[in-house]
Amino acid sequence: MQIITSTDVVTKLLAQRLALGLLSMFVVSVVIFVAVNSLPGSFAAAVLGQSATPEAVAAFNQKLGLDQPLVSRYLTWLSATVTGDFGTSFTNRPVSTMVMPRLWNSLKLAISAALIAVPLAITLGAICVRFVNRLPDRILSATTLSTISLPEFFIAYLLILVLAAKLQLLPSLSTIRGSMGFADQAIRMILPVLTLVFVTLAHMMRATRAALLNVMAQPYIEMARLKGEPETRIILRHALPNAIGSIASVVALNLAYLIAGVVVVEAVFVYPGIGDTMVSAVSNRDIPVVQACALIFSAAYILLNLVADIIAIASNPRLMHAR
Amino acid sequence: MSDMNEKKYWAMELSKGRISRREFLGRTLALGAATAMSGMIPSLAFAEEPKKGGFFRIGMSDPSQQDTSDPATWPASFAQSVFSGSMCNNLTEISPDGSIVGDLAESFEPADNAKKWIFKIRQGVTFHNGKSLTVEDIIQSYQYHMTADSTSGARTLLQQVDTITADGPNTIVFNLKAGSADFPFLTADYHLAIMESKDGGGINWEQMVGTGAFVMENFEPGVSAKMKRNPNYHKNNKPYFDEVEFIGIADWTARLNALVTDEVDAIIDVDLRNTSLIERNSGLKLSRVPALRHWTFDMDTSVEPFNDPNVRLALKYAMDRDEIVKKVFLGEAARGNDTPVANIVPFFKDPTPQHGYDIEKAKEYLKKAGLETVTANLSCADTAFPGAMEAAALYKEQAAKAGIVINIVREAEDGYWDNVWLKKPFNASDWYGRPTCDWVFSVGYAADAAWNNTHWKNERFNELLVEARAETDQAKRAEQYAEMQQIVHDDGGVITVAFANWTYAMSSKVSTAEIGGALPCDNLRMAERWWFTS
Repeated sequence: MQIITSTDVVTKLLAQRLALGLLSMFVVSVVIFVAVNSLPGSFAAAVLGQSATPEAVAAFNQKLGLDQPLVSRYLTWLSATVTGDFGTSFTNRPVSTMVMPRLWNSLKLAISAALIAVPLAITLGAICVRFVNRLPDRILSATTLSTISLPEFFIAYLLILVLAAKLQLLPSLSTIRGSMGFADQAIRMILPVLTLVFVTLAHMMRATRAALLNVMAQPYIEMARLKGEPETRIILRHALPNAIGSIASVVALNLAYLIAGVVVVEAVFVYPGIGDTMVSAVSNRDIPVVQACALIFSAAYILLNLVADIIAIASNPRLMHAR
Repeated sequence: MSDMNEKKYWAMELSKGRISRREFLGRTLALGAATAMSGMIPSLAFAEEPKKGGFFRIGMSDPSQQDTSDPATWPASFAQSVFSGSMCNNLTEISPDGSIVGDLAESFEPADNAKKWIFKIRQGVTFHNGKSLTVEDIIQSYQYHMTADSTSGARTLLQQVDTITADGPNTIVFNLKAGSADFPFLTADYHLAIMESKDGGGINWEQMVGTGAFVMENFEPGVSAKMKRNPNYHKNNKPYFDEVEFIGIADWTARLNALVTDEVDAIIDVDLRNTSLIERNSGLKLSRVPALRHWTFDMDTSVEPFNDPNVRLALKYAMDRDEIVKKVFLGEAARGNDTPVANIVPFFKDPTPQHGYDIEKAKEYLKKAGLETVTANLSCADTAFPGAMEAAALYKEQAAKAGIVINIVREAEDGYWDNVWLKKPFNASDWYGRPTCDWVFSVGYAADAAWNNTHWKNERFNELLVEARAETDQAKRAEQYAEMQQIVHDDGGVITVAFANWTYAMSSKVSTAEIGGALPCDNLRMAERWWFTS
């Protein structure tokens, strides 16, 4: 009889998921490449603006190799990318110098928002369950549901109106630059971070509440109650560990959103994140940059979901010791 | 209307750019009190002495991470103002009143029926790195756009140049293929900024070094460009600011927020719906500058039904431009008169009669064409120009009364300029305009123009275009251009809906002299022309 250890399960899963992840990144890159290439317009037309005469455009396309067939251009890009070289943007700068500082900016924003939102969401979710269907639960649910129902730009504008325009406590512009000191950058990030906390909080809190309530309906919780355990202890010691798996998957989704989906918040606060890089690259048809962004975004989704699955397995002994 | 009210009315019209300054003076002089009221007109109050100092921050509308300092590109006002307008100089520049003056060229004069242009170069000009400006730098800066494999937007423009030669250490001679009396305007094109030449040919654009009013300190593409004053600048007393920073704020609400919360001192490209809000804020002021930019519906004159000039006239008379200006552009534009020449262009002459809304005339011209009714499919999209779809919808209603059926074809936004413009027989177009008649016509109305969106081939017009180009007798040119503007107006396929304003909002501590409208951002030179009052 073969004995399967818990490490084996995790390793196997990791290998499977990473292989699948690579496959999906490949598919994403093909789809994006074909999609951006079939868009009308070209980098030359975008970068020449109202002086884009046909001959200037043609000269540009030739210089960029855009007169080559689609397949050979894709293969050239792919063979460079697998060696870790994102190539050169059509602006003649290395793609990595355009994408990496922006990715770092986005990560700073995402991590700050997550560090606040995730613990807060789980705590508030637990409080809701502790007082389920009573006043604290009602108030928290109503507030977070209304913040999630409002579009993110509206929350952003409300925050700007109150905190920046009226009370003048914080700057409305989050255009952080390399020339700024750490403190200045941190202050300018407060409003976007706050917006993102509001936007992601409700989803994670509702998921925590639902997952916990699900567990709380189990017979073993009733057993714990009959033993006379205090309610708070039941939630934290008995229910929460069993709900971690499903909470983790919702948290992972929200973290991926924080990295790849905050383009609207970036626009409102003029935050130089990677979403803006992608939008700018698409509208200018700077295909190498679009490709790099797409790969980063899909990698973020794949990796975060993978981590969520591992947490789910690690927190569930039944999955750890699969048959 | 009492005298005072009438004066106020004209002052308001002037400040909104609906009437020209000349017209304003005429109207108020007629009321006998122009001098008494100069204080009422913000843009006329330029008696103030510019002050030095301060850190000027400006919110720009069109940053892009694809921006570079390569003069072959510079598609939008961010790159143009930063690199061409602040970091560099051209041989000439367009002054706020629309005329051409020397910049790095001290003087310039034509020879041989304007087939040859001789530019005397200003002495003692240095680049930001301390190197002196030489004729070689200027020649290389031009050659850069003229090589066979050049990808420059200025390449077509410079095809009229045969050779460029140095004549001694401070004279440059342009030998043109044919006479061009407006050649000095061409040398003011934003691509033709002068940069440092490299040994063995080419220019050092990567270094971000020019002769301009400001020295580049830090450039983050798509985010900001921070610059400091050039202490050795060649223009007397300029620039006034110690430092400037161009900050890219693409979202218009964010841009206005930034101004209101004092994150920037001025913004460009104000949303028209916010102008009254800004005017009500005592800490802010608004500036409207009539632009060359205009919005048109262009008819392909080579296909049915637009190949009949009577049908074209019927369509021109079937548009109520006043209503469109009022409802779509909220009064922040000037109605068009079916020519592409703006009133600040030299040799501008408004053709007569003004094409107004006249159903009877429209019907009359339809009858002349032997038609009771006509159907036109107008290809349009929001990208075509701001408010294009709304303008088309109003036009449809207006034209219906004259028996003209306008079908609005909503085209895809993305790729409009590649798939619709120049291709569909009746389409909406956004023209940035050009600073001379010759340039405007050569780009979009000559029979062989690359952008002849109306596919218009008028023999007399094309004859005049060539004649006027080489004509150095100013009176004769004025006549020729007046006739050409009249021909486009009567016979051309362009329906000019309106001329745009450049709209700037700024803190009341920012001062400006008269603002140029040939190019955005005070002809790209706001950084060196504006100053702080306190």
